[in-house]
Amino acid sequence: MNWLERIGSKTTKFIEEIGRICLLFLQALKWSLRPPLGFRNILKQMEEIGVRSVPVVLITAVSTGMVLALQSHTGFKRFNAESLVGTVVALSLTRELGPVLTGLIVAGRAGAAMAAELGTMRVTEQIDALSTMATNPIKYLIVPRLLAGMLMLPILTIFSDAIGIAGGYFVAVKVLDVNPVVYMRRTTDFLEFDDIFGGLLKALVFGIIIATVSCYKGFNTEGGAEGVGKATTGAVVLSSMLILISDYFLTAMLF
Amino acid sequence: MGEPMIQLIDVYKSFGDNPVLRGATLTIERGETMVIIGGSGTGKSVILKHIIGLMKPDRGKVVVSGKDLATLKERALDELRKKFGMLFQGAALFDSLSVWENVGFSLRQQTHLSDREIKQLAVEKLAGVGLRGVEDRMPADLSGGMKKRVGLARALAMEPEILLYDEPTTGLDPIMADAINELIVEMKRRLKVTGVAITHDMTSAYKIADRIAMLYQGKILQVGTPDAIKNSGNPIVHQFVTGSSVGPIKTV
Repeated sequence: MNWLERIGSKTTKFIEEIGRICLLFLQALKWSLRPPLGFRNILKQMEEIGVRSVPVVLITAVSTGMVLALQSHTGFKRFNAESLVGTVVALSLTRELGPVLTGLIVAGRAGAAMAAELGTMRVTEQIDALSTMATNPIKYLIVPRLLAGMLMLPILTIFSDAIGIAGGYFVAVKVLDVNPVVYMRRTTDFLEFDDIFGGLLKALVFGIIIATVSCYKGFNTEGGAEGVGKATTGAVVLSSMLILISDYFLTAMLF
Repeated sequence: MGEPMIQLIDVYKSFGDNPVLRGATLTIERGETMVIIGGSGTGKSVILKHIIGLMKPDRGKVVVSGKDLATLKERALDELRKKFGMLFQGAALFDSLSVWENVGFSLRQQTHLSDREIKQLAVEKLAGVGLRGVEDRMPADLSGGMKKRVGLARALAMEPEILLYDEPTTGLDPIMADAINELIVEMKRRLKVTGVAITHDMTSAYKIADRIAMLYQGKILQVGTPDAIKNSGNPIVHQFVTGSSVGPIKTV
Protein backbone atom coordinates (compact mmCIF):
# COMPACT_ATOMS: atom_id res chain seq x y z
CA MET A 1 0.00 0.00 0.00
CA ASN A 2 3.09 2.14 0.11
CA TRP A 3 2.62 3.77 -3.29
CA LEU A 4 -1.00 4.45 -2.54
CA GLU A 5 -0.02 6.19 0.68
CA ARG A 6 2.52 8.22 -1.19
CA ILE A 7 -0.04 9.38 -3.74
CA GLY A 8 -2.39 10.18 -0.88
CA SER A 9 0.09 12.28 1.04
CA LYS A 10 1.21 14.09 -2.12
CA THR A 11 -2.41 14.92 -2.92
CA THR A 12 -3.09 16.12 0.61
CA LYS A 13 0.01 18.31 0.48
CA PHE A 14 -1.05 19.77 -2.85
CA ILE A 15 -4.53 20.59 -1.60
CA GLU A 16 -3.09 22.10 1.58
CA GLU A 17 -0.81 24.30 -0.50
CA ILE A 18 -3.69 25.49 -2.66
CA GLY A 19 -5.58 26.29 0.53
CA ARG A 20 -2.70 28.35 1.89
CA ILE A 21 -2.38 30.17 -1.41
CA CYS A 22 -6.08 31.06 -1.27
CA LEU A 23 -5.65 32.33 2.29
CA LEU A 24 -2.71 34.46 1.23
CA PHE A 25 -4.82 35.88 -1.58
CA LEU A 26 -7.58 36.80 0.86
CA GLN A 27 -5.09 38.43 3.22
CA ALA A 28 -3.56 40.41 0.38
CA LEU A 29 -7.04 41.47 -0.69
CA LYS A 30 -7.79 42.62 2.85
CA TRP A 31 -4.55 44.62 3.01
CA SER A 32 -5.19 46.15 -0.40
CA LEU A 33 -8.27 47.83 1.04
CA ARG A 34 -6.27 49.61 3.74
CA PRO A 35 -4.73 52.87 2.66
CA PRO A 36 -2.11 54.05 1.93
CA LEU A 37 -1.56 51.93 -1.16
CA GLY A 38 2.00 52.85 -2.07
CA PHE A 39 1.58 53.86 -5.69
CA ARG A 40 5.30 54.03 -6.23
CA ASN A 41 5.55 50.28 -5.64
CA ILE A 42 2.49 49.48 -7.73
CA LEU A 43 3.86 51.43 -10.69
CA LYS A 44 7.20 49.69 -10.35
CA GLN A 45 5.50 46.30 -10.43
CA MET A 46 3.32 47.31 -13.35
CA GLU A 47 6.47 48.06 -15.26
CA GLU A 48 8.06 44.80 -14.16
CA ILE A 49 5.07 42.58 -14.92
CA GLY A 50 3.49 44.49 -17.78
CA VAL A 51 5.79 46.77 -19.72
CA ARG A 52 8.75 44.42 -19.70
CA SER A 53 6.60 41.53 -20.88
CA VAL A 54 5.31 43.38 -23.93
CA PRO A 55 7.96 42.27 -26.47
CA VAL A 56 7.77 38.57 -25.69
CA VAL A 57 3.97 38.63 -25.46
CA LEU A 58 3.72 40.38 -28.83
CA ILE A 59 6.10 38.00 -30.55
CA THR A 60 4.16 35.03 -29.21
CA ALA A 61 0.84 36.56 -30.25
CA VAL A 62 1.86 37.49 -33.76
CA SER A 63 3.35 34.10 -34.50
CA THR A 64 0.33 32.35 -33.02
CA GLY A 65 -2.01 34.43 -35.17
CA MET A 66 0.04 33.71 -38.26
CA VAL A 67 0.23 29.96 -37.61
CA LEU A 68 -3.47 29.84 -36.84
CA ALA A 69 -4.26 31.46 -40.18
CA LEU A 70 -1.93 29.12 -42.00
CA GLN A 71 -3.26 25.98 -40.36
CA SER A 72 -6.94 26.79 -40.50
CA HIS A 73 -6.58 27.89 -44.12
CA THR A 74 -5.21 24.46 -45.01
CA GLY A 75 -8.12 22.80 -43.29
CA PHE A 76 -10.88 25.07 -44.57
CA LYS A 77 -9.58 24.93 -48.10
CA ARG A 78 -10.61 21.26 -48.22
CA PHE A 79 -14.25 22.29 -48.14
CA ASN A 80 -13.93 25.72 -49.73
CA ALA A 81 -14.45 27.74 -46.58
CA GLU A 82 -11.26 29.81 -46.65
CA SER A 83 -13.21 32.91 -45.81
CA LEU A 84 -13.83 31.55 -42.33
CA VAL A 85 -10.14 31.79 -41.44
CA GLY A 86 -10.71 35.27 -40.04
CA THR A 87 -13.46 34.03 -37.73
CA VAL A 88 -11.39 31.16 -36.42
CA VAL A 89 -8.36 33.34 -35.79
CA ALA A 90 -10.35 36.01 -34.01
CA LEU A 91 -12.38 33.64 -31.85
CA SER A 92 -9.47 31.40 -30.89
CA LEU A 93 -7.32 34.35 -29.95
CA THR A 94 -9.78 36.40 -27.95
CA ARG A 95 -11.47 33.53 -26.15
CA GLU A 96 -8.55 31.24 -25.57
CA LEU A 97 -5.06 31.72 -26.89
CA GLY A 98 -4.65 35.40 -26.11
CA PRO A 99 -5.23 35.12 -22.36
CA VAL A 100 -3.73 31.65 -21.91
CA LEU A 101 -0.51 32.25 -23.82
CA THR A 102 -0.09 35.65 -22.19
CA GLY A 103 -0.66 34.03 -18.81
CA LEU A 104 1.88 31.28 -19.42
CA ILE A 105 4.49 33.71 -20.68
CA VAL A 106 4.05 36.14 -17.82
CA ALA A 107 4.17 33.21 -15.39
CA GLY A 108 7.50 32.20 -16.87
CA ARG A 109 8.90 35.68 -16.99
CA ALA A 110 7.49 37.85 -14.24
CA GLY A 111 6.30 35.03 -11.96
CA ALA A 112 9.75 33.50 -11.85
CA ALA A 113 11.34 36.88 -11.18
CA MET A 114 8.85 37.57 -8.39
CA ALA A 115 9.45 34.24 -6.67
CA ALA A 116 13.22 34.62 -6.99
CA GLU A 117 13.22 38.17 -5.63
CA LEU A 118 10.94 37.45 -2.69
CA GLY A 119 12.71 34.15 -2.04
CA THR A 120 16.04 35.94 -1.83
CA MET A 121 14.48 38.51 0.46
CA ARG A 122 13.22 35.70 2.68
CA VAL A 123 16.55 33.88 2.98
CA THR A 124 18.50 37.09 3.57
CA GLU A 125 16.01 38.08 6.31
CA GLN A 126 14.81 41.16 4.43
CA ILE A 127 11.20 40.08 4.94
CA ASP A 128 11.81 39.72 8.69
CA ALA A 129 13.44 43.13 8.61
CA LEU A 130 10.25 44.60 7.15
CA SER A 131 8.21 43.16 10.01
CA THR A 132 10.63 44.47 12.61
CA MET A 133 10.22 47.92 11.09
CA ALA A 134 6.48 47.71 11.67
CA THR A 135 5.75 47.31 7.96
CA ASN A 136 3.51 44.42 7.02
CA PRO A 137 5.32 42.35 4.36
CA ILE A 138 2.05 41.30 2.73
CA LYS A 139 1.00 44.88 2.30
CA TYR A 140 4.39 46.14 1.22
CA LEU A 141 5.45 43.26 -1.05
CA ILE A 142 2.45 41.22 -2.14
CA VAL A 143 -0.31 43.82 -2.57
CA PRO A 144 1.54 45.84 -5.25
CA ARG A 145 2.40 42.67 -7.16
CA LEU A 146 -1.14 41.38 -6.95
CA LEU A 147 -2.72 44.64 -8.09
CA ALA A 148 -0.18 45.03 -10.89
CA GLY A 149 -0.85 41.46 -12.02
CA MET A 150 -4.61 41.97 -12.00
CA LEU A 151 -4.26 45.12 -14.03
CA MET A 152 -1.50 44.21 -16.47
CA LEU A 153 -2.62 40.75 -17.55
CA PRO A 154 -5.85 42.03 -19.18
CA ILE A 155 -3.94 44.89 -20.79
CA LEU A 156 -1.31 42.54 -22.19
CA THR A 157 -4.11 40.31 -23.43
CA ILE A 158 -5.70 43.19 -25.34
CA PHE A 159 -2.34 43.78 -27.07
CA SER A 160 -1.98 40.10 -27.68
CA ASP A 161 -5.49 39.78 -29.20
CA ALA A 162 -4.93 42.75 -31.48
CA ILE A 163 -1.51 41.83 -32.74
CA GLY A 164 -2.50 38.17 -33.13
CA ILE A 165 -5.47 39.11 -35.31
CA ALA A 166 -3.21 41.41 -37.30
CA GLY A 167 -0.75 38.55 -37.81
CA GLY A 168 -3.55 36.28 -39.01
CA TYR A 169 -4.77 38.98 -41.37
CA PHE A 170 -1.31 39.44 -42.80
CA VAL A 171 -0.82 35.74 -43.54
CA ALA A 172 -4.35 35.20 -44.88
CA VAL A 173 -4.47 38.28 -47.08
CA LYS A 174 -0.88 38.80 -48.16
CA VAL A 175 0.39 35.23 -48.27
CA LEU A 176 -2.68 33.10 -48.90
CA ASP A 177 -4.58 35.61 -51.03
CA VAL A 178 -7.84 35.62 -49.11
CA ASN A 179 -9.98 38.58 -50.06
CA PRO A 180 -9.25 41.31 -47.44
CA VAL A 181 -12.81 42.65 -47.33
CA VAL A 182 -14.29 39.21 -46.81
CA TYR A 183 -11.65 38.40 -44.23
CA MET A 184 -12.39 41.52 -42.19
CA ARG A 185 -16.13 41.03 -42.43
CA ARG A 186 -15.86 37.42 -41.29
CA THR A 187 -13.75 38.61 -38.37
CA THR A 188 -16.07 41.38 -37.23
CA ASP A 189 -19.37 39.69 -38.00
CA PHE A 190 -18.82 36.74 -35.74
CA LEU A 191 -16.72 38.32 -33.01
CA GLU A 192 -18.89 39.42 -30.12
CA PHE A 193 -18.10 41.64 -27.22
CA ASP A 194 -18.56 38.71 -24.84
CA ASP A 195 -15.75 36.83 -26.54
CA ILE A 196 -13.31 39.60 -25.80
CA PHE A 197 -14.69 40.35 -22.36
CA GLY A 198 -14.62 36.67 -21.35
CA GLY A 199 -11.01 36.46 -22.45
CA LEU A 200 -10.08 39.51 -20.41
CA LEU A 201 -11.83 38.09 -17.37
CA LYS A 202 -9.72 34.97 -17.77
CA ALA A 203 -6.63 37.15 -17.97
CA LEU A 204 -7.61 38.85 -14.72
CA VAL A 205 -7.88 35.48 -12.98
CA PHE A 206 -4.53 34.41 -14.45
CA GLY A 207 -2.98 37.62 -13.14
CA ILE A 208 -4.24 36.78 -9.67
CA ILE A 209 -2.91 33.22 -9.95
CA ILE A 210 0.54 34.28 -11.13
CA ALA A 211 1.02 36.97 -8.49
CA THR A 212 -0.38 34.98 -5.59
CA VAL A 213 1.39 31.71 -6.40
CA SER A 214 4.74 33.39 -7.09
CA CYS A 215 4.54 35.50 -3.93
CA TYR A 216 3.51 32.46 -1.91
CA LYS A 217 6.45 30.45 -3.22
CA GLY A 218 8.84 33.32 -2.60
CA PHE A 219 7.56 33.96 0.92
CA ASN A 220 7.89 30.31 1.86
CA THR A 221 11.41 29.84 0.56
CA GLU A 222 13.73 27.88 2.81
CA GLY A 223 17.39 27.07 2.67
CA GLY A 224 19.58 29.48 0.75
CA ALA A 225 20.33 29.60 -2.95
CA GLU A 226 19.00 26.12 -3.61
CA GLY A 227 15.74 27.05 -1.94
CA VAL A 228 15.40 30.15 -4.09
CA GLY A 229 15.90 27.99 -7.19
CA LYS A 230 13.26 25.55 -6.03
CA ALA A 231 10.82 28.34 -5.21
CA THR A 232 11.30 29.85 -8.66
CA THR A 233 10.73 26.58 -10.49
CA GLY A 234 7.82 25.78 -8.21
CA ALA A 235 6.21 29.14 -8.89
CA VAL A 236 6.38 28.73 -12.67
CA VAL A 237 5.20 25.11 -12.65
CA LEU A 238 2.36 25.64 -10.21
CA SER A 239 1.05 28.85 -11.72
CA SER A 240 1.20 27.39 -15.25
CA MET A 241 -0.67 24.33 -14.06
CA LEU A 242 -3.29 26.38 -12.28
CA ILE A 243 -3.71 28.61 -15.33
CA LEU A 244 -4.41 25.60 -17.54
CA ILE A 245 -6.72 23.92 -15.04
CA SER A 246 -8.68 27.07 -14.23
CA ASP A 247 -8.88 27.87 -17.96
CA TYR A 248 -11.10 24.85 -18.51
CA PHE A 249 -13.46 25.76 -15.72
CA LEU A 250 -13.52 29.42 -16.67
CA THR A 251 -14.36 28.50 -20.24
CA ALA A 252 -17.12 26.21 -19.06
CA MET A 253 -18.55 28.92 -16.84
CA LEU A 254 -18.07 32.01 -18.96
CA PHE A 255 -19.11 30.99 -22.44
CA MET B 1 15.33 49.67 38.19
CA GLY B 2 11.52 49.65 37.79
CA GLU B 3 9.81 47.07 35.64
CA PRO B 4 12.07 45.02 33.39
CA MET B 5 12.16 45.90 29.70
CA ILE B 6 11.96 42.36 28.41
CA GLN B 7 10.94 39.15 30.11
CA LEU B 8 10.95 35.65 28.72
CA ILE B 9 9.00 33.41 31.03
CA ASP B 10 9.32 29.65 30.60
CA VAL B 11 9.33 29.81 26.81
CA TYR B 12 8.99 26.61 24.80
CA LYS B 13 9.36 26.42 21.02
CA SER B 14 9.68 23.43 18.72
CA PHE B 15 10.14 23.16 14.98
CA GLY B 16 8.54 19.91 13.93
CA ASP B 17 10.00 17.26 16.21
CA ASN B 18 12.92 19.45 17.13
CA PRO B 19 12.52 21.24 20.46
CA VAL B 20 14.67 24.36 20.37
CA LEU B 21 13.60 26.29 23.45
CA ARG B 22 12.69 24.21 26.50
CA GLY B 23 11.68 26.54 29.25
CA ALA B 24 13.90 29.55 28.61
CA THR B 25 13.52 32.25 31.27
CA LEU B 26 15.38 35.53 31.13
CA THR B 27 14.85 39.07 32.41
CA ILE B 28 16.44 42.06 30.72
CA GLU B 29 16.44 45.33 32.63
CA ARG B 30 15.86 48.73 31.13
CA GLY B 31 19.08 50.28 29.84
CA GLU B 32 21.32 47.26 30.12
CA THR B 33 22.99 45.33 27.32
CA MET B 34 22.34 41.63 27.61
CA VAL B 35 24.42 39.28 25.53
CA ILE B 36 23.09 35.80 24.95
CA ILE B 37 25.80 33.29 24.14
CA GLY B 38 25.50 29.70 23.05
CA GLY B 39 26.63 27.30 20.35
CA SER B 40 25.44 27.38 16.76
CA GLY B 41 21.93 26.05 16.32
CA THR B 42 21.04 26.27 20.00
CA GLY B 43 18.21 28.73 19.40
CA LYS B 44 19.81 32.11 20.06
CA SER B 45 18.22 33.63 16.96
CA VAL B 46 14.94 32.03 17.94
CA ILE B 47 15.04 33.93 21.26
CA LEU B 48 15.68 37.19 19.44
CA LYS B 49 12.78 36.51 17.06
CA HIS B 50 10.51 35.85 20.03
CA ILE B 51 11.46 39.14 21.65
CA ILE B 52 10.37 41.11 18.59
CA GLY B 53 7.33 38.96 17.94
CA LEU B 54 8.46 37.37 14.67
CA MET B 55 7.83 34.02 16.34
CA LYS B 56 5.27 33.04 18.93
CA PRO B 57 6.11 30.65 21.76
CA ASP B 58 4.38 27.26 21.90
CA ARG B 59 4.19 27.71 25.65
CA GLY B 60 5.27 30.45 28.04
CA LYS B 61 5.22 34.22 27.76
CA VAL B 62 7.24 37.00 26.21
CA VAL B 63 6.64 40.36 27.90
CA VAL B 64 8.04 43.59 26.47
CA SER B 65 7.66 46.76 28.52
CA GLY B 66 4.79 45.23 30.43
CA LYS B 67 2.90 43.86 27.42
CA ASP B 68 2.44 40.17 26.72
CA LEU B 69 3.19 39.84 23.00
CA ALA B 70 0.79 36.93 22.55
CA THR B 71 -2.17 39.09 23.54
CA LEU B 72 -1.38 41.88 21.08
CA LYS B 73 -3.29 42.32 17.84
CA GLU B 74 -1.40 42.99 14.63
CA ARG B 75 -1.66 46.75 14.92
CA ALA B 76 -0.68 46.89 18.58
CA LEU B 77 2.27 44.64 17.83
CA ASP B 78 3.39 46.97 15.05
CA GLU B 79 3.04 49.86 17.49
CA LEU B 80 5.26 48.06 19.99
CA ARG B 81 7.76 47.20 17.26
CA LYS B 82 8.37 50.88 16.71
CA LYS B 83 10.28 50.76 20.00
CA PHE B 84 12.68 48.29 18.43
CA GLY B 85 15.62 48.48 16.11
CA MET B 86 17.20 45.31 14.87
CA LEU B 87 20.56 44.66 13.29
CA PHE B 88 20.43 41.45 11.31
CA GLN B 89 23.29 39.04 10.89
CA GLY B 90 23.70 39.73 7.18
CA ALA B 91 22.41 43.29 7.71
CA ALA B 92 19.27 42.38 5.65
CA LEU B 93 19.41 45.63 3.71
CA PHE B 94 16.74 45.93 1.02
CA ASP B 95 18.79 45.45 -2.09
CA SER B 96 16.34 47.18 -4.38
CA LEU B 97 16.76 50.42 -2.41
CA SER B 98 19.75 52.73 -2.11
CA VAL B 99 21.60 53.17 1.17
CA TRP B 100 19.72 56.29 2.23
CA GLU B 101 16.37 54.77 1.27
CA ASN B 102 17.24 51.81 3.47
CA VAL B 103 18.13 54.01 6.42
CA GLY B 104 15.06 56.16 5.85
CA PHE B 105 12.71 53.24 5.21
CA SER B 106 10.70 53.53 8.42
CA LEU B 107 10.62 57.29 8.13
CA ARG B 108 9.10 56.98 4.69
CA GLN B 109 6.57 54.37 5.81
CA GLN B 110 5.56 55.96 9.07
CA THR B 111 6.03 59.69 8.80
CA HIS B 112 4.98 62.32 6.30
CA LEU B 113 8.43 63.77 5.80
CA SER B 114 9.50 64.66 2.27
CA ASP B 115 12.17 62.64 0.49
CA ARG B 116 14.62 65.47 0.91
CA GLU B 117 14.11 65.60 4.68
CA ILE B 118 14.36 61.82 4.93
CA LYS B 119 17.61 61.80 2.99
CA GLN B 120 18.95 64.55 5.25
CA LEU B 121 18.12 62.50 8.35
CA ALA B 122 19.55 59.35 6.78
CA VAL B 123 22.84 61.13 6.07
CA GLU B 124 22.97 62.21 9.73
CA LYS B 125 22.31 58.67 10.95
CA LEU B 126 24.98 57.34 8.61
CA ALA B 127 27.47 59.87 9.93
CA GLY B 128 26.58 58.65 13.43
CA VAL B 129 27.89 55.20 12.54
CA GLY B 130 30.96 56.60 10.82
CA LEU B 131 29.82 56.46 7.19
CA ARG B 132 30.04 59.44 4.86
CA GLY B 133 29.35 59.78 1.16
CA VAL B 134 27.75 56.36 0.71
CA GLU B 135 24.09 57.41 0.82
CA ASP B 136 23.52 57.08 -2.93
CA ARG B 137 25.20 53.71 -3.29
CA MET B 138 23.34 50.43 -3.54
CA PRO B 139 23.78 47.81 -0.80
CA ALA B 140 25.42 45.39 -3.25
CA ASP B 141 28.33 47.84 -3.63
CA LEU B 142 29.18 47.85 0.08
CA SER B 143 31.63 45.69 2.06
CA GLY B 144 30.37 43.46 4.87
CA GLY B 145 31.43 45.91 7.56
CA MET B 146 29.80 48.84 5.79
CA LYS B 147 26.58 46.87 5.38
CA LYS B 148 26.47 46.25 9.12
CA ARG B 149 26.98 49.94 9.77
CA VAL B 150 24.18 50.83 7.37
CA GLY B 151 22.04 48.18 9.07
CA LEU B 152 22.81 49.81 12.40
CA ALA B 153 21.98 53.26 11.05
CA ARG B 154 18.67 51.87 9.78
CA ALA B 155 17.96 50.27 13.16
CA LEU B 156 18.59 53.65 14.82
CA ALA B 157 16.53 55.69 12.39
CA MET B 158 13.35 55.71 14.47
CA GLU B 159 15.21 56.30 17.74
CA PRO B 160 14.35 52.95 19.30
CA GLU B 161 14.36 52.10 22.98
CA ILE B 162 15.51 48.57 22.37
CA LEU B 163 18.21 47.43 19.98
CA LEU B 164 18.55 43.80 18.98
CA TYR B 165 21.80 42.58 17.48
CA ASP B 166 21.91 39.25 15.68
CA GLU B 167 25.56 38.17 15.69
CA PRO B 168 26.86 41.70 15.12
CA THR B 169 30.48 40.67 14.53
CA THR B 170 30.05 37.43 12.59
CA GLY B 171 31.78 37.49 9.23
CA LEU B 172 33.86 40.57 9.95
CA ASP B 173 37.62 40.82 10.32
CA PRO B 174 38.79 41.41 13.92
CA ILE B 175 39.36 45.13 13.46
CA MET B 176 36.00 45.75 11.82
CA ALA B 177 34.42 43.57 14.51
CA ASP B 178 35.97 45.75 17.19
CA ALA B 179 34.73 48.88 15.44
CA ILE B 180 31.18 47.48 15.51
CA ASN B 181 31.60 46.59 19.20
CA GLU B 182 32.70 50.17 19.88
CA LEU B 183 29.60 51.43 18.10
CA ILE B 184 27.34 49.20 20.17
CA VAL B 185 28.93 50.45 23.39
CA GLU B 186 28.63 54.02 22.19
CA MET B 187 24.93 53.59 21.28
CA LYS B 188 24.23 52.40 24.77
CA ARG B 189 26.15 55.27 26.35
CA ARG B 190 24.80 57.97 24.08
CA LEU B 191 21.21 56.85 23.55
CA LYS B 192 20.63 54.86 26.77
CA VAL B 193 19.02 52.05 24.80
CA THR B 194 18.37 48.58 26.08
CA GLY B 195 20.39 46.12 24.05
CA VAL B 196 20.08 42.42 23.39
CA ALA B 197 22.83 40.78 21.39
CA ILE B 198 23.36 37.16 20.49
CA THR B 199 26.81 36.01 19.62
CA HIS B 200 29.34 33.23 20.01
CA ASP B 201 32.19 35.71 19.76
CA MET B 202 33.39 35.97 23.36
CA THR B 203 35.64 38.97 22.72
CA SER B 204 32.61 40.86 21.54
CA ALA B 205 30.45 39.57 24.41
CA TYR B 206 32.89 40.72 27.08
CA LYS B 207 33.24 44.10 25.48
CA ILE B 208 29.59 45.04 25.00
CA ALA B 209 27.75 43.17 27.76
CA ASP B 210 26.50 44.38 31.09
CA ARG B 211 25.34 40.85 31.69
CA ILE B 212 25.80 37.63 29.77
CA ALA B 213 23.34 34.74 29.57
CA MET B 214 24.37 31.29 28.42
CA LEU B 215 21.80 29.33 26.43
CA TYR B 216 22.24 25.59 26.51
CA GLN B 217 19.81 22.85 25.50
CA GLY B 218 16.92 25.27 25.24
CA LYS B 219 17.34 26.82 28.68
CA ILE B 220 19.25 29.72 30.16
CA LEU B 221 21.99 27.99 32.09
CA GLN B 222 23.58 30.95 33.80
CA VAL B 223 23.21 34.73 33.83
CA GLY B 224 25.90 36.99 35.19
CA THR B 225 28.32 39.84 34.69
CA PRO B 226 31.09 39.25 32.17
CA ASP B 227 33.47 38.55 35.06
CA ALA B 228 31.12 36.05 36.64
CA ILE B 229 30.75 34.25 33.33
CA LYS B 230 34.47 34.33 32.66
CA ASN B 231 35.15 32.69 36.01
CA SER B 232 32.09 30.46 36.00
CA GLY B 233 32.29 27.26 38.01
CA ASN B 234 29.76 25.63 35.70
CA PRO B 235 31.71 23.19 33.51
CA ILE B 236 29.48 23.82 30.48
CA VAL B 237 29.80 27.59 30.65
CA HIS B 238 33.50 27.27 31.36
CA GLN B 239 34.02 25.05 28.33
CA PHE B 240 32.12 27.43 26.08
CA VAL B 241 33.79 30.67 27.12
CA THR B 242 37.25 29.15 26.98
CA GLY B 243 36.45 27.62 23.61
CA SER B 244 37.58 24.12 24.33
CA SER B 245 36.42 21.10 22.34
CA VAL B 246 36.95 18.91 25.42
CA GLY B 247 34.22 18.95 28.06
CA PRO B 248 30.53 18.28 28.63
CA ILE B 249 29.36 20.03 25.41
CA LYS B 250 29.47 17.50 22.61
CA THR B 251 30.88 18.73 19.32
CA VAL B 252 29.30 16.08 17.14
